[in-house]
Amino acid sequence: MFVIIMGCGRVGARVAQMLTNAGHEVTVMDVQSGAFKRLGAEFKGSTILGDATDQEVLKRAGIERADAFLAATQGDNRNIMSSQIAKHVFGVKTVVTRIYDPLRSDTFAALGLHAISPTIIGANAFYEELTGDPASTGKV
Amino acid sequence: MYAIVAGGGKVGFFLARELIDQGHEVLIIENNPERAEFIANELGNVVLRGNADEASTLAEAGAERADVVIAVTGDDPRNLVLLQVAKRRFGARRTVARINDPRNEGLFRMLGIDATVNATQVMLSVLEQEIPHANLVPLLRLRNTDVEVVEAIVDARSAVTGSSLRDVDLPPESTIAVVIRNGAAFFPNGATVLESGDEVVALTRGMHEPRLRSLFFSER
Repeated sequence: MFVIIMGCGRVGARVAQMLTNAGHEVTVMDVQSGAFKRLGAEFKGSTILGDATDQEVLKRAGIERADAFLAATQGDNRNIMSSQIAKHVFGVKTVVTRIYDPLRSDTFAALGLHAISPTIIGANAFYEELTGDPASTGKV
Repeated sequence: MYAIVAGGGKVGFFLARELIDQGHEVLIIENNPERAEFIANELGNVVLRGNADEASTLAEAGAERADVVIAVTGDDPRNLVLLQVAKRRFGARRTVARINDPRNEGLFRMLGIDATVNATQVMLSVLEQEIPHANLVPLLRLRNTDVEVVEAIVDARSAVTGSSLRDVDLPPESTIAVVIRNGAAFFPNGATVLESGDEVVALTRGMHEPRLRSLFFSER
């Protein structure tokens, strides 16, 4: 499948490498060209410098034929906005969004975004390691 | 009315001042401590320090009883998301966004924002009014459609001057709704002859606007 990833940080770059290694076509976007260094010299996908909250830039990245879109920048708002563009304007089938703020994450999950909150996942894992109990016993 | 203004920059500050003067209850959310202090000194105890795009800040602000939440930061993604949270999570009755990039206007509407204000677009409209012969002024776009209400001024050089309406070759899906002549408005019919100086209010689809425009341009 063809996947567009917005945000070439540690997570974005790693997912991009995993996908290309598994034989998928990948285009990574970032607003800083220096970020693409994280992909390494062996990277077989493409890179595009630009902001994925801009529909024209997304078109240049090939969003109209993308099977999946991942928004993994440091900014929740950017991730949420670009994911909604991918989903509602371009009809991308699978859209996954990183949202740090747990409350925002709930809201946009309810709005139909597939939100993954590293804050919740991390806190749950730490809790379980510390207590040996399932995270559900420490409800926030 | 209870209004929450997200962003205490120049736009937010002056907007809040006017709303307070009109007797409304206003809360400004501003993250920068110096700016928040400045606003509190000028306007009184109407500032909440915090990030308006965090749901917990909106909860603290009482977004669930807000009649309107207005997002006026200089960052479009932030304005969009905080208003969506205000509406969907807290049930704010009305959401209004300042838009910085004119291209985002349609998107914000599509994603449920009730009203948008775009300074660039306003400037463009004013300029179109000022530029000679560019005499078709977009007044408004009917909500969530591509139907536009436009105003045109007929002058001696317009292609339509002196023609009765039934002979005017209007673009498809366009209608001339009202003619204002010497300060009086009337509803025209096919026999109405357009005169130089008439103001015409027309409805059209965005895609047909250029053709409509050409009727009122100087090329005869």
